[in-house]
Amino acid sequence: MSAITTPVAGTPLAWKLPYRGKVGMACLIIAESAIFTIFVVAYLFYVGKSVTGPTPREILETPIFYTICLLSSSLTIHFAGKLLERGRRGVFLGLWLLTIVLGALFLYGTGQEWHRLIYEHGLTISTNLFGTTYYSLVGLHAFHVTAGLILLSIVLLFGLAGHIGPEQSARVDVLSLYWHFVDAVWIVVFTVVYVLGR
Amino acid sequence: MSSDVIAIQTAEAAGRPWVQTLHEWVTTVDHKRLGVLYILYALLFLVIGGIEATIIRIQLMRPHNDFVSPQVFNRMFTMHGTTMIFFVAMPILFGFANYLVPLMIGARDMAFPRLNAFSFWLTAFGGLLLYFSFLGGSGLYGAGNAPDVGWWAYAPLASRAFSPGHSSDYWTIALLASGFGSIGTAVNIIATIISMRCPGMKLSRMPLFAWLNLVMSGMVLLAITPLSAAQIMLLVDRYLGGHFFDTQAGGSATLWMHFFWIFGHPEVYVLIIPCFAFVSEIVPVFSRKPIFGYPVMVGATVCIAFVSMSVWAHHMFTIGMNSYANSFFAITTMAVGVPTGIKIFNWLGTMWGGKIQFRTPMLFCIGFLFQFLIAGLTGIMLSAAPFNWQLSGSYFVVAHFHYVIVGGILFALFGAFYYWYPKITGRMLNEGLGRLHFWLFLIGFHLTFDLMHIPGLLGMPRRIYTYEPGRGWDTLNYLVTIGAFVQGIATLVFVVNLVISYFKGAKAGNDPWDAWTLEWSVSSPPPAYNFASIPAVSSRRPLWDLKHPEDPDSRYD
Repeated sequence: MSAITTPVAGTPLAWKLPYRGKVGMACLIIAESAIFTIFVVAYLFYVGKSVTGPTPREILETPIFYTICLLSSSLTIHFAGKLLERGRRGVFLGLWLLTIVLGALFLYGTGQEWHRLIYEHGLTISTNLFGTTYYSLVGLHAFHVTAGLILLSIVLLFGLAGHIGPEQSARVDVLSLYWHFVDAVWIVVFTVVYVLGR
Repeated sequence: MSSDVIAIQTAEAAGRPWVQTLHEWVTTVDHKRLGVLYILYALLFLVIGGIEATIIRIQLMRPHNDFVSPQVFNRMFTMHGTTMIFFVAMPILFGFANYLVPLMIGARDMAFPRLNAFSFWLTAFGGLLLYFSFLGGSGLYGAGNAPDVGWWAYAPLASRAFSPGHSSDYWTIALLASGFGSIGTAVNIIATIISMRCPGMKLSRMPLFAWLNLVMSGMVLLAITPLSAAQIMLLVDRYLGGHFFDTQAGGSATLWMHFFWIFGHPEVYVLIIPCFAFVSEIVPVFSRKPIFGYPVMVGATVCIAFVSMSVWAHHMFTIGMNSYANSFFAITTMAVGVPTGIKIFNWLGTMWGGKIQFRTPMLFCIGFLFQFLIAGLTGIMLSAAPFNWQLSGSYFVVAHFHYVIVGGILFALFGAFYYWYPKITGRMLNEGLGRLHFWLFLIGFHLTFDLMHIPGLLGMPRRIYTYEPGRGWDTLNYLVTIGAFVQGIATLVFVVNLVISYFKGAKAGNDPWDAWTLEWSVSSPPPAYNFASIPAVSSRRPLWDLKHPEDPDSRYD
């Protein structure tokens, strides 16, 4: 009976499988992409179908500056990860903080835009179909940015406490994968809302 | 060695207060315990959903029956459908996957044990939320309690105007919560299979069970999420005054149907693919032959996964799509029958020329094979758009999908119970009671669901709470209800068997079926750590290699 617990020795050679964190995050990204796809489809399906105003053409302004902020945060987090791998903790923390600042700027931009739309143009989620789809899609993305910022901040706190070194590099990469996804989704949302949807 | 481990565990368990045992089960992150929790939780809901089905059948037994009011009838079929799909079928299949996948691929646990526990409790609380609607659903309005909008909750039926109170909200949030649980489990199963396989367990050597659950989990990622997205939209509509599905503000009721069925149809395959996995493990062992056409089985499964993502609108032929859409969805629906047919031939090929042992797991698998084939054939009939226009929304459709779910999924599940119960509990299920269960259930099943096709063909619509006498439906409905009771009695025999065998069943030993996959190499039940030392494999049937060193599979690999 004891022999049977270790069936067939042999082939112990090189046996390396992908890191489970990365696989898990990739799966989560696939699932999230499906959720975003449904919201994007709903947005495109309802473009121009609102029975009352205001319409996107009248009131939307393209948020170029904040988009640049978010997209460049992908670069900073990428280099932060690379530098952590080489053990340069100080630069890593600096770039990581910069990533958070850029993400927060983007979120501030969204908040400002919503404030303008609500108080100057009277567009809320219940005003018309445009309001419903716009706030849902952009809000869903902003929610993911917020979740990402919370996770990034936790890593920053651990980093400041001196608990993050090159040995955590693989885990940090998992989080940066998520952040890249959030940025990539923004490219889609941006195209749909500010380019195609007007 | 392994039997000593068990002895120590039981001795410890006997001396411990029950609160401590309970605490261990509630806080567990062990894949085996979570698997058992999933299965027990699903069995509880199986009984509840079964009682709801019985209430529906009693009401329809005679024309002009008034066993329940129309309102209660609507709640019963809504709760029956929702419960059976989301809180019986999904958790029970996840339970088996949770328990068996790590054991089969030679891992000590899932990739993310805590995510595993989190996913289970999300699903569990989702179920509680759904049933809390019986108490909390009326809200401040005194209107209705449980959800009564049907399991697909078509717009505008689920909007505030037509579904006041909170019953639909409980339905939405329950499905959202359990949906996130399902996504968590799917992520976990994929990461486990990709990253936790023991040395030598190449993808091409994995048991088909692991392969099929990998495909199923991939489908969950793409199929459950549209439902979650649609539920979020429904919540926006109901709570924030949004207009997604509000036709008066330009919204579209059809869009909800699309979103629901983009989830709804792949969901059928999410449920049936793990059942294919059970059959693909059980049939070879009881035919004493390796599976016929392993690579083709894998390929056909992946093919089903792809094609089934583009068939959803065959549920919507009657809404009036254009002829291109109708043709497209009719053709894809027929096409999905091809890889499914390949699988059936592979199982037959496995049995062909084998020394078949007609034990209870095998009986259920053979039942599955023939019934699933018939279910597929009525599916092909319904995929023809003109035929579908005639029969959509009739009892023919109800009979068709119950043939899939009961005749296919439930039969395979019963087979899985008889096959793996010895591994999970260490005791065999009683063979005599098992046979009684099989034959009773088979008779009840065919009495109910074979006959149910006919009132459908004669024009009986689904979801009606009663009907006029003299339309030719009376006797058939009466017999259908009797069949439902026979199935109920058979299920009772099964439950009695589960309980009695747990205490009095014959000791199973490590490997009662002389099987070939890794889970049979450890003791029954397996120790908490699964494998004292991680095994290494060099073929698809590691235990065959071990038992037959003179002629191992690895020689031909």
